[in-house]
Amino acid sequence: MKSYHADKDGFYGSFGGAFIPEMLYPNVAGLKSRYLEIIESPGFQKEFRNLLRHYVGRPTPLYYAGRLSEKYGCRIYLKREDLCHTGAHKVNNTIGQILLAQKLGKKRIIAETGAGQHGVATATVCALMGLPCIVYMGEVDIARQAPNVARMKLLGAEVRAALSGSRTLKDVTNEAIRDWINNPEDTHYIIGSVVGPHPYPDMVARFQSVISEEIQAQLRELEGRDAPDYVIACVGGGSNAAGAYYHYLDREEVGIIAVEAAGRGIHSGESAATSALGRTGIIHGSKTLLMQTDDGQITEPYSISAGLDYPGIGPMHAHLYTSGRGEFHSITDEEAMEAGRELAALEGIIPAIETSHAFAVLKNRPFRPEDILVFNLSGRGDKDLQTYIDFFDL
Amino acid sequence: MNRAKTKTVNRIGAALEKDGPLLSIYFTAGYPDLEDTLPVLRHLQASGVDMVEIGLPFSDPLADGPTIQQSSTAALKNGMHTALLFEQLKEVRQEIHLPLILMGYFNPVLQYGVEAFCQKCSEVGIDGLILPDLPLEIYQREYGIIMERYGLRMIFLITPQTSEQRIRKIDGASNAFIYMVSSASTTGAREGFGPEQQAYFERIASMNLNNPQIVGFGISNATTFRQATKHAKGAIIGSAFIKHLSEYGPRGIPAFVETIRS
Repeated sequence: MKSYHADKDGFYGSFGGAFIPEMLYPNVAGLKSRYLEIIESPGFQKEFRNLLRHYVGRPTPLYYAGRLSEKYGCRIYLKREDLCHTGAHKVNNTIGQILLAQKLGKKRIIAETGAGQHGVATATVCALMGLPCIVYMGEVDIARQAPNVARMKLLGAEVRAALSGSRTLKDVTNEAIRDWINNPEDTHYIIGSVVGPHPYPDMVARFQSVISEEIQAQLRELEGRDAPDYVIACVGGGSNAAGAYYHYLDREEVGIIAVEAAGRGIHSGESAATSALGRTGIIHGSKTLLMQTDDGQITEPYSISAGLDYPGIGPMHAHLYTSGRGEFHSITDEEAMEAGRELAALEGIIPAIETSHAFAVLKNRPFRPEDILVFNLSGRGDKDLQTYIDFFDL
Repeated sequence: MNRAKTKTVNRIGAALEKDGPLLSIYFTAGYPDLEDTLPVLRHLQASGVDMVEIGLPFSDPLADGPTIQQSSTAALKNGMHTALLFEQLKEVRQEIHLPLILMGYFNPVLQYGVEAFCQKCSEVGIDGLILPDLPLEIYQREYGIIMERYGLRMIFLITPQTSEQRIRKIDGASNAFIYMVSSASTTGAREGFGPEQQAYFERIASMNLNNPQIVGFGISNATTFRQATKHAKGAIIGSAFIKHLSEYGPRGIPAFVETIRS
């Protein structure tokens, strides 16, 4: 049977793999040889499930959005990842990875962060487990995302300004990788998305797959069937999308819709629409679609949402795009902001701007009245209030 | 077995036959000025170095420390790119007889086209390649045959964390030398090697590998050069050379080489 999951070497079709310098080989190979055995063990699963339930607050609700459904003439459900502890799906992965790091005997945790959501989720689990945590963050984002920087500090993490390159998410990821090269024995690197060398994309997808696992059970209860017609999510690196799609990947009757950030327009030169603008290449140890010059230099993406401005996408998503399994849309800043405001007005939920992109798809394509749609409401909008204030002049 | 595979001794092989410690220099193409690639090579040859690694700049050099990152960014800003480097090197073999190795990250090579890249390397007279983020397994499965077709020697890295089994595997797949990373770190100059590094140098020397080893990362002066080459065939200097280059330009090269050899 055709599968959209990773093969044993971490390839999704021709994407993925581990294109890493030899300095990272022992760490990555160690992880690769042990991650499945560890995370599938009953002991690990028990701890993981226990923390997801009592610490994160899972299962998150699957909420029927009545007024939104009425407006767009279809049946719309919202998977409320915004209600997770720390405000987004990111914590599902950091809980999984911190438990894994403990099993591997690692004593020091590093992470990269753009807007700070993954940084906060990592700092949170490090506080929970009493492990030292260093979060790499771009200089510009440190200034822009002061509340998240303060959160990480309160949680006891050290926030390190990345000084290399253009000082954005791709550069802080390089910086975190360099830290790992320099500290190969005691350190675990918690990557925040389904990117990086194998086994990270598969491992992070597995930790996030609790999202679609719950959707299946909840839909069965609410609709008498375990699969929607469409599952819809925003994609930057793509971890919330990977979790929402996971159990539906090989069920071709379920439509997979991925929404990327077009920024100021796909061809404006200020965009993060990787599937439309990218070519196959290598970023952060993974072969995937990425935005680059003809010469193979990786370019800077742009989006109003800091969580979507990554110049690549996870290899799972690159494969969904090129194989035609996934339907990809690009949404501009303005369309996303309007969709966020609409969700707030109709359902009383202020989404993260990343998540707002997904909702803009409702204006982009028609759905049938009987269609059941599940949107992954990946994060809440508190962190984006200033952007909403500035954009709508509130 | 690798010796038999590569009967034709290319320039790297000839340099490795030489007595005494071998000095190899890494520099970033198009740095400090876009047109400095050839002047740097000329001064290196005149100063008597044994081998040169020409760095192809990349936007995201994740195995490099601040000095090489900065030279890469500057070179790209100067306008350096792969096709231009080949253009600059078009007639390099009329005057430069040193072994020349191109060192860069895999993505620009992939975008140029691996076969086209190898063909160009062979045309201009490149002897070998170091592509740190192209892992041995993928090289062997997909690209080894292409690189061999164009007579290019592929050079692989080992580190203090590399297992003995993997070192043997890398040795078996190599046909020039093994690039021995001195310590668990990104590139960058350091003042001296501690007992831990020296033990690692000795451990590798005692393995009696088929390929000679050349030590890189952290070599900056006569002391570290001497320490590194006590057991290994040679040593590579990158960051310390680039620092010197950015301060004194290509004309300062003979003085730099002299301090290392002293």
